[in-house]
Amino acid sequence: MPVSATPPAFVRRWWPWILIVAATLILPVILPPFRLNLLGRFLSLGIVALGVDLIWGYTGLLSLGQGIFFALGGYALGMHLSLNSLEPGQLPEFFGLYGVNSLPAFWQPFSSPLFTLVAIWVIPALVAGILGFLVFRNRIKGVYFSILTQAALLVFFNFFNGQQKLINGTNGLKTDTAKVFGELVGSDAMQRNLFWLTVLLVIAAFLLCRWLTSGRFGDALVAIRDDEPRMRFTGYNPTAYKTLVFTVAGALAGISGALYTVQSGIISPQFMAVPFSIEMVIWVAVGGRGTLLGAVLGAVLINYAKSLISEQLPETWLFVQGALFLLVVTALPDGLVGWWRQGGPGQILAMFGWPPRSATYPGLDLDPSMLAEREALEGPSSPDSGTGGGR
Amino acid sequence: MTALFDTLFNGLAIGSVLMLAALGLAVVFGLMGVINMAHGELMMLGAYTTFVVQNLLKSGPLEVLFPIYILISIPIAFLVSGLVGLLLEKTVIRRLYGRPLETLLATWGVSLILQQFVRSVSTAFFLALLAAVALGLLAPRFTPAAWWRQRWTPLLKAGSWIVALVVGIGLGSLLGEQRALQQPWFSARNIDVTAPEWLRGSIDLGGVTMPTARLFILALTALALVGVNWFLQKSAWGIRIRAVTQNRSMSSCLGIPTETVDALTFFVGSGLAGIAGVAVSLLGSVGPNLGGNYIVLAFMVVVLGGLGKLWGTVVAAFVLGILDYVIGSGSLLLLWPSMPAALNGVISFFATTSMAKVLVFVLIMVFLQFRPAGMFPQKGRMVEA
Repeated sequence: MPVSATPPAFVRRWWPWILIVAATLILPVILPPFRLNLLGRFLSLGIVALGVDLIWGYTGLLSLGQGIFFALGGYALGMHLSLNSLEPGQLPEFFGLYGVNSLPAFWQPFSSPLFTLVAIWVIPALVAGILGFLVFRNRIKGVYFSILTQAALLVFFNFFNGQQKLINGTNGLKTDTAKVFGELVGSDAMQRNLFWLTVLLVIAAFLLCRWLTSGRFGDALVAIRDDEPRMRFTGYNPTAYKTLVFTVAGALAGISGALYTVQSGIISPQFMAVPFSIEMVIWVAVGGRGTLLGAVLGAVLINYAKSLISEQLPETWLFVQGALFLLVVTALPDGLVGWWRQGGPGQILAMFGWPPRSATYPGLDLDPSMLAEREALEGPSSPDSGTGGGR
Repeated sequence: MTALFDTLFNGLAIGSVLMLAALGLAVVFGLMGVINMAHGELMMLGAYTTFVVQNLLKSGPLEVLFPIYILISIPIAFLVSGLVGLLLEKTVIRRLYGRPLETLLATWGVSLILQQFVRSVSTAFFLALLAAVALGLLAPRFTPAAWWRQRWTPLLKAGSWIVALVVGIGLGSLLGEQRALQQPWFSARNIDVTAPEWLRGSIDLGGVTMPTARLFILALTALALVGVNWFLQKSAWGIRIRAVTQNRSMSSCLGIPTETVDALTFFVGSGLAGIAGVAVSLLGSVGPNLGGNYIVLAFMVVVLGGLGKLWGTVVAAFVLGILDYVIGSGSLLLLWPSMPAALNGVISFFATTSMAKVLVFVLIMVFLQFRPAGMFPQKGRMVEA
């Protein structure tokens, strides 16, 4: 019996998921623990990138403060892990250094695992919701929103940095030596489980975001991005939508931060530093804003490139990163995924004389003189980003 | 009473640095609406220019000028930062007018590049960079003209820059073999500008000790402010700038060269950042990360004052400066020793530099809740504001 040329319908429909499941099962076997741990970390950053994509790619709100929510999630888990393996009556070690003899009140609930699991995403979501509501209520938008979120980031950074007695200040909390289910968090077996957990949660977050952006809610978000006054005049209330989507992004950032913390072994105020939050934006921009796949891909790709380049030529990373910002903004406004979907590879092939399948008479579409004429008629093809007021 | 004056003076001193940092932003962001995250790095370039001028004049034929090197470095820093800003406008920002979020990201990229540039620039690096840029720009000259009218010309363009980059990196590592060429100019460590003799003392006035360097910065701030105000209000180009700010298309119809005006505005704003850099270099050692300490607060000053209002920026800077000092030093405790214990606890909780920043930012955000357009909002009836 001859083998059929096309794969069965099941494979054709589900091949991305089959690939993902296969990769998830095979990678822990073939990758050394260190590399697997890196991949797990970068995947967990993919979750915060999904949140950034929701608010920036779809809704047009450029938040430079996602680090707040990321670190809050990380701290929630970090606090639980610092308490978790202590004898009754014992305090986490660093408290002794600053002469603190009793556990501060806000630490108490974090000894409960159940509370922590909820706090990881609810606390960042609450903070994001309050912050978002206050800002959006005043119709602060565009760059003002960006600058305000950055200021909020600095508030949290300075607070966590300055409070040794409450949360160990600059040093942060270490999680590697804590125990969960009788196993060290830093051990290889535990890290492998965390990798699987990360993959699961990335997929869950992806599906959640896809659900949010596919229906009417997603249309409302895009409407806010493209023309907010018109949306308001049509009778919608953009504030509610914006607050809600900002809250969701905050919750995603919290989960991402918690996963990142247990895989990197430490949570410190550095995760609230200004550059880290802007980096999140560049992951999404490179991957492709407004495409969920792009957000995850961008986070993994850029961080992988970062760790490779920083290992080989540490001085050049900032140059590369700076160039990426410039390149994405000027040449690749829709990122890699957007470029792919708009037929970018086909255009490159066309430059060498392999014309893509065309609806019109072959060649007419791609004739340089026709292109020039069309450009003259339609004006320069500047993509209208629609991301905010004019000058 | 003395404590009050002391507080006031120190607050003004902090505010004057903020003011200088924000003045350039008030021009670039307030008037043009361009958000330049590399503004802090332009300040850093100004500080490094001061350092270079100081070292050049320390010995050699121009030694007589050494006592006033700080005065000499002011116009030079203005020019250096201004020209870098001009280059930035011509190459990047010009393409992004009307797209503020993209401008923000692109200028952030520029700021990263500038930071790392200062850290790793050496003679070898500089020569290699020059060679790469020259090669990239001159590539069309070396190749047949017909190549530049093909379908694949965009690829050729990108390819020629990649080749230029690779040649540059190769040349850089080749030149880097020479020890003398490989020596970084500044290195990643902080640099120190030693204040000249006449700026090191302090003046005692009614029991308040005023360091001369602080007084100098106050005077510099006042001078810069008067200069900018005169330029914008009285000079022909300043009037053109304001015209373009108010109505771009109408100005263009009346024959004002709007592109030149854009470039000039950006040049002036960036140059002011350079002057701010000179002032900051007097306050302590400066490093490549200098910009990050000022940029957000400077933006806050401009937003708080109200866009396009120079006086708003002035008031906001001094209010923030005084607030910052009063909270950070805990001097309220000295002024009012018999305050209730609860209030005392709150004030001493915030009486550190970083906690003062927390409270100042929180206060700004609360204030913007009530006055979203700042202290002195521009009147208008725009839907999109």
